[in-house]
Amino acid sequence: MSNTVITANKLTKRFGDFVAVDQISFDVHKGEIFGFLGANGAGKTTAMRMLCGLLFPSSGEATVAGFDVFKENEKIKKSIGYMSQKFSLYEDLTVKENMEFYGGIYHMTDKYIKEKTAYILNHLHLEKEGNVLVKSLPPGWKQKLAFSVAIFHEPGIVFLDEPTGGVDPVTRREFWNMIYEASERGTTIFVTTHYMDEAEYCSRVSIMVDGRIDALDTPGNLKKYHNASSMDEVFLQLARKARRSE
Amino acid sequence: MLSVEVNNLIKTYGKKKEVKALSDISFSVPQGELFGIIGPDGAGKTSLFRILTTLLLADSGKASVDGFDVVKDYKAIRKRVGYMPGRFSLYQDLSVEENLNFFATIFNTSIKENYDLIKDIYVQIEPFRKRKAGKLSGGMKQKLALSCALIHRPSVLFLDEPTTGVDAVSRKEFWEMLKGLRKEGITILVSTPYMDEAGLCDKVALIQNGKILSIDTPQGIVNNFSKPLMAVKSSKMLHLLKDLEQKEFVENVYPFGEYHHVVMKDKSGEQLLQQFIQRRNDETTVLYDAKPNIEDCFIALMKS
Repeated sequence: MSNTVITANKLTKRFGDFVAVDQISFDVHKGEIFGFLGANGAGKTTAMRMLCGLLFPSSGEATVAGFDVFKENEKIKKSIGYMSQKFSLYEDLTVKENMEFYGGIYHMTDKYIKEKTAYILNHLHLEKEGNVLVKSLPPGWKQKLAFSVAIFHEPGIVFLDEPTGGVDPVTRREFWNMIYEASERGTTIFVTTHYMDEAEYCSRVSIMVDGRIDALDTPGNLKKYHNASSMDEVFLQLARKARRSE
Repeated sequence: MLSVEVNNLIKTYGKKKEVKALSDISFSVPQGELFGIIGPDGAGKTSLFRILTTLLLADSGKASVDGFDVVKDYKAIRKRVGYMPGRFSLYQDLSVEENLNFFATIFNTSIKENYDLIKDIYVQIEPFRKRKAGKLSGGMKQKLALSCALIHRPSVLFLDEPTTGVDAVSRKEFWEMLKGLRKEGITILVSTPYMDEAGLCDKVALIQNGKILSIDTPQGIVNNFSKPLMAVKSSKMLHLLKDLEQKEFVENVYPFGEYHHVVMKDKSGEQLLQQFIQRRNDETTVLYDAKPNIEDCFIALMKS
């Protein structure tokens, strides 16, 4: 199906006897905001690393942007964007230098880098901060900038690993506005979060428990099936069934 | 009696003092209270905790813990407070048991002497007591750090973002542990970026950009939300949001989980909103009177 940008079929990762990711199967569609939830230790990071081409699966199949995670992981890396709360930008480079660096890594032309940089600075109202070191920006601005940099090379898919942790409630919502805008332009968003209200903003949500995907549907349907009033309740119902801790 | 007293604390960083971490902060915490400091990254939470635990000097202002001055009496304070920093700070190459023993010994006590205080927390990691701390999972590290911060039976416990990056289930468990400790009479100051944890504290300070926006009981903060608030959803959420942003009677509108929260400028806005929704004639729309929570209050305080 041409509309599908990520497919996983019985994707599995074992570390010795430990099955970190246990035969997960799902599809993600173009332009979708796909919420990837799970308790600490449920296997989210391992699954994400496989999909980003950073870790070989033990068995199963998966494609990302049409490329096979076993054979074409280098091509996957070029086709995706990635941002996490922990690491996103170089603190000791300026705002512009960060964009130049990322643009260069993805082999963008000088002209493209220049134009895109101007566009982002204007869009984020950061025109005056272009030559400021990233470390001196307020935390909320950093996260918005980091997202812009993650999609600097206009990847079809962007992976966001807890992008809004510790961000104030107003900036957190501005951040989600940016996610919506990107998704409307056709970028597929694959996002993890510990904020359950953000799960409601996703087109579909999967919940991992003990390495498996125990639920996958729209937030509305998940609440209906679990007879819950919020995604928080759905999550607690499922995550409490977990037998393994991290 | 006051466990913590803070008067006009100011802390800046940088050569020209250009970064204001704390701008004139004052508050006090009575003995035995569970006091939450709630705010995003960069609000000044860690600077405040480091000043109160005598690890950092303020530019000006005064603070005391258990009646002792944080500058003059720093030695006395260090003996009686427990501190769990945001970053895991135990010895990774010592085992669980060795870490706990080490901290007990430093404070001239033994695990045996204060075991009853940490028992409920420590039993959960005791099966792994021979394991190196560096090899523990995140949740187990957190429990060990809390045990180590408690082993000398401190009178005041400082927990800097103990639940950051922790999933919803483990967060609930952690707060259960804190409730247990509160019964022991220990004063607890806990910081968190998660607004939904405010309701679990006796009293909270909402903090942003080094300033306290509000201090009250969680209920008191919510009661101070004076504007009418309604929740609305429809099948086209983004569209609905953009439309509402244009409306004259709307003070503020923002996504709130499944719904948008609409804050009206005044009471007349409720009727205007109902009329607006009727005119849209979208049968998927649901509208109801919403009760504000701490996050609504934080957003309102940030905007004002």
